[in-house]
Amino acid sequence: MTDIKFEIDNDGIALLTIDTPDRSMNIITESFMKELGEIITRVTEDKDIKGAVITSAKQGNFMAGADLNLILRLGALQKTGSMQDVFDAAFEINRLCRLLETCGKPWVSAINGLCLGGGLELSLACHYRVASDDPKLKMGLPEVQVGIIPGGGGTQRLPRLMGIQMSLPYLLQGKNMTAKQALSNNIIHEIVPSDELLHTAKSYILSGGKAVQPWDEKRFKIPGGQGVFDPNIVQTFIGAPAMTKKETKGNYPATIAILSAVYEGHQLPMDKAVRVESKYFVQQIIGDVAPNMIRTLFVNKGKADKGVRRPKDVAPMKAKKLGMLGAGLMGAGVAYVSAKAGIEVILLDREIEFAEKGKEYSEKLLAKAVKRKRMTQEKADGILALIKPTADYADLAGCDLIIEAVLEDVEVKADVTRKTEAVVGADCFYGSNTSTLPITTLAKASARDAQFIGIHFFSPVDKMPLVEIIMGKNTGDEALAKALDYTRQIRKTPIVVNDSRGFYTSRCFSTYVQEAMNMLSEGISPALIENSGVYGGMMVGPFAVGDEVSIELMYHVGQATMKGLGKDYIPQACDDVVQKMYVDLGRKGKKNAKGFYEYPEKGKKHLWSGIEEHYPLLKDQPSQEIVTKRLFYRQILEVIRCLEENVLLAPEDADIGAIFGWGFAPWTGGPLSHADTIGVKKFHDECAELSKLYGVHFTPPKMLAEKAAKNEKFYS
Amino acid sequence: MTEAYIFDHVRSPRGRGKKDGALHEVTPVNLLSQMLRALTVRNDFDVSSIDDVVAGCVTAVGEQGGNVGRFAAYMADYGDGVPGMHVNRFCASALVAVNYACARVMAGQADMMVGCGVESMSRVTMGFDGGAWLFDPQVSNKVGFVLQGISADLIATKYGFSREDCDQYAILSQKRSKAAWDAGYFKNSIVNVKDQIGLTLLDHDQHMRPSATLEDLGKLKSAFTDYGEMGFDSVALQKYPETETMDHVHHAGNSSGIVDGAAAMLIGTKEMGEKYKLKARAKMTSFADVGIDPTIMLSGPAAAAKKALARAGLTKEDIDIWEVNEAFSSVVLRFCQEMELSTEEVNVNGGSIAMGHPLGATGAIILGTALDELERTGKRYALAALCVAGGMATATIIERV
Repeated sequence: MTDIKFEIDNDGIALLTIDTPDRSMNIITESFMKELGEIITRVTEDKDIKGAVITSAKQGNFMAGADLNLILRLGALQKTGSMQDVFDAAFEINRLCRLLETCGKPWVSAINGLCLGGGLELSLACHYRVASDDPKLKMGLPEVQVGIIPGGGGTQRLPRLMGIQMSLPYLLQGKNMTAKQALSNNIIHEIVPSDELLHTAKSYILSGGKAVQPWDEKRFKIPGGQGVFDPNIVQTFIGAPAMTKKETKGNYPATIAILSAVYEGHQLPMDKAVRVESKYFVQQIIGDVAPNMIRTLFVNKGKADKGVRRPKDVAPMKAKKLGMLGAGLMGAGVAYVSAKAGIEVILLDREIEFAEKGKEYSEKLLAKAVKRKRMTQEKADGILALIKPTADYADLAGCDLIIEAVLEDVEVKADVTRKTEAVVGADCFYGSNTSTLPITTLAKASARDAQFIGIHFFSPVDKMPLVEIIMGKNTGDEALAKALDYTRQIRKTPIVVNDSRGFYTSRCFSTYVQEAMNMLSEGISPALIENSGVYGGMMVGPFAVGDEVSIELMYHVGQATMKGLGKDYIPQACDDVVQKMYVDLGRKGKKNAKGFYEYPEKGKKHLWSGIEEHYPLLKDQPSQEIVTKRLFYRQILEVIRCLEENVLLAPEDADIGAIFGWGFAPWTGGPLSHADTIGVKKFHDECAELSKLYGVHFTPPKMLAEKAAKNEKFYS
Repeated sequence: MTEAYIFDHVRSPRGRGKKDGALHEVTPVNLLSQMLRALTVRNDFDVSSIDDVVAGCVTAVGEQGGNVGRFAAYMADYGDGVPGMHVNRFCASALVAVNYACARVMAGQADMMVGCGVESMSRVTMGFDGGAWLFDPQVSNKVGFVLQGISADLIATKYGFSREDCDQYAILSQKRSKAAWDAGYFKNSIVNVKDQIGLTLLDHDQHMRPSATLEDLGKLKSAFTDYGEMGFDSVALQKYPETETMDHVHHAGNSSGIVDGAAAMLIGTKEMGEKYKLKARAKMTSFADVGIDPTIMLSGPAAAAKKALARAGLTKEDIDIWEVNEAFSSVVLRFCQEMELSTEEVNVNGGSIAMGHPLGATGAIILGTALDELERTGKRYALAALCVAGGMATATIIERV
């Protein structure tokens, strides 16, 4: 056996120790299930075996759930096999769990660490569950976060143990519980010190513990009520779909599938209930949403986090001492996340007061963490001590990495670069956090442009997970390795792109707001435009995000772009909207509480109704479908242009960058996954149609036309 | 085709639908049977000639379940030989019962019918019968289920009716209902509900608040804000993306009242009328049911009215009396807006906001009110319509003869 170590002790107790080979976490794989099946048969049939205990060989990790690649393979089965084949394969884990809990001998789960998804489901099938008193131990069913539903009985056993209403937040949001919460939720039976875990587990069997699950007993009742004649249950299921729609905008079908699995399943005997669950599970894995989400948000993001774009032959280049130039909002945020990762930070600004103010940002965040008991005071003090505010360039001596976040002005930046390079060693790397200025231009001020790179953070730095690494024309492999090693240190997800105006994320993101303004100028209802973005799954509506970015900034970037491109600039209706809003009407955005929105001192922000005076509403408004298409397709087309122009190196970076950088709808798996799902040919033809109506920005780029003609996808 | 005639209609006074309501002690079968008995007392005919008793009832569970029509008829001494049935089209149940009773006559499959309805809302709680569209996630998700009040607020938001518009209409309903009672316009149709020893339990509509002012209503908190916040607003607005936020305008004062009540109509062929010397008071002209988006749910009456008008070959100018159930203020206001009618022309004798809406009985009640008004004014055509849960509506046109 490869995944499970199997032994029988002198008392006749079988011990299953899970140890997935070559993985830091235990996961459910095909081989795991095969071995589990063999062991269940052995335990059932061997008269000398009294019962079985399941535990993990990995410290602090019981089991993290199913192998996501296994789930992708299950879904792909539909292309080669029948629906019955998909069901049978998906049902296997349910079949095994059911076999286990009805085999007549007691099974105990000795939970010695993180116990998620399939790991928890396997445990719930055991007759007794005991967890070690590790405060880091977390249990939960996070399946919904990858667009699927628990498929190993989780939608059935969790509600039957803790009550339907209580269980729904865990199932619908995938939130975790600590061992203590699990105990009070009736999910586990006991918490013991870790060195007593196996002893306690075995005692259950030796003391004649029951080998029958509560739901297999005649008089079983679900705590908190059951069935459609129970007013509590009725109330719960009346409210739950509405609450779910509020959160998901109807874009995540797994949530309704979970509700249905619970609703339908809890009214059935367990043998039928788990089959119903598996059917809803299959519905998700053969759909588009779950595979797209799994591929981008987990498989490819995981690869990016591990440095898939890192040059292989460069030795590790961890950052030890960071010189942070500029202590404004971005600089302060970078200083915080770096110090938190144990990196010494020299936080430099023109005046010492500015630098100190930048450090205060960390102080505030750390104080909050201490107050919320997420961090000890000592740890917070240690982190804060790593940040040294200064106005003296001499303090940068000894830095191995510089990140610059000063004013977006080529001259100012050049000056800062020269002053820094005069102080730091020749092997120091230099990253600019510019969001608009070409790296190659900025690198001209550097005496060693091979060590000059773009490291583009998103605001607020401590919350936004993405870092966009930009390769200048002369940026070398070592600089890339350094930037990626640093990104990994601060636990951000990197994408690597080539130099271009606005790089990748800013350039594509801006099309979202531009198209919204184009439509506004045509007399399309602002609410319809805004809602079409939000209901389509974008993290924020185009006008809300436009106000956040500020119309003022859009104006300045627009002016710079027009100047930069000269004759090549293609005007859009939105140019006039920006001009009107910012220049004519002085509406800067959230900054001055006047933008596309109004920001009353009391009450919620709301769209500015005065806009209709300037852009009167059309009598016949377009459908939501067409508005959504215009918002989404513009972004996707710009992404394809970036791919075509080699700004992007791979579709994986495109999709990760879009979702984590500018909040592109996560349910799609990203813009290129979305184009593949729509169908590249269909997408191309629709864009061609849209370009006739709404202009050249919808004209399919050559790469799209070629792919459409060859019937190729972006992901092969 | 045979013509169907309405010979008589009766209705109970409406009792407040709470434990302190005057009709709370009356079982639903008893309440309906008193109306059915009144038909036989008021009209001299052989009760065994009735081919069927069709009873509307919405929450048909418990003592209101199991075919309230048959057993109310039996309790009214219609005898072994008169069958009964129950129909449910939510709030239009009793109008559908009347339509179906007429249809049986018009199709030549019955000579004498009773269309009736009952709802004892104080005894059988609204919604107690459940239903997949409420809580089966597959169904409610596809339907886009929201509470009726959210739909009413959505109508107000989408079609621009303010809280004040809705409150003003509610005051109008109270004033008109009071005036109609005072003038005795309901006198001929009201059958007082009696107890076991013949004492009168109720002789007036108990829910009315004729002294309510705009200021009083202004103090009431909107009833559906919290439910909306919980998620139902999102469900509604996601279907109507041109709407930024929901304006919650409805409350207990501008929504229909929860009451106990019953009503019945005696329907038959011309021949039956002649045989028993029953006066044919009105003739069934046409009726129609429609379905609309189940989330906005309650804006269907105009579509139903137009369909019934078209079926009859009439135009809206032909209609003299308009009755549209006052489920919520916005329902009537939207009906008027869509039909291009003034509120002056609709529900001239008040309605459910003032007098209450016993779900399974209201359809027959408002058709009866329209008939009384036709007779009082000597006019010809009346149209009665109701919005219906689940995104439906029913309308009926009758002609005075």
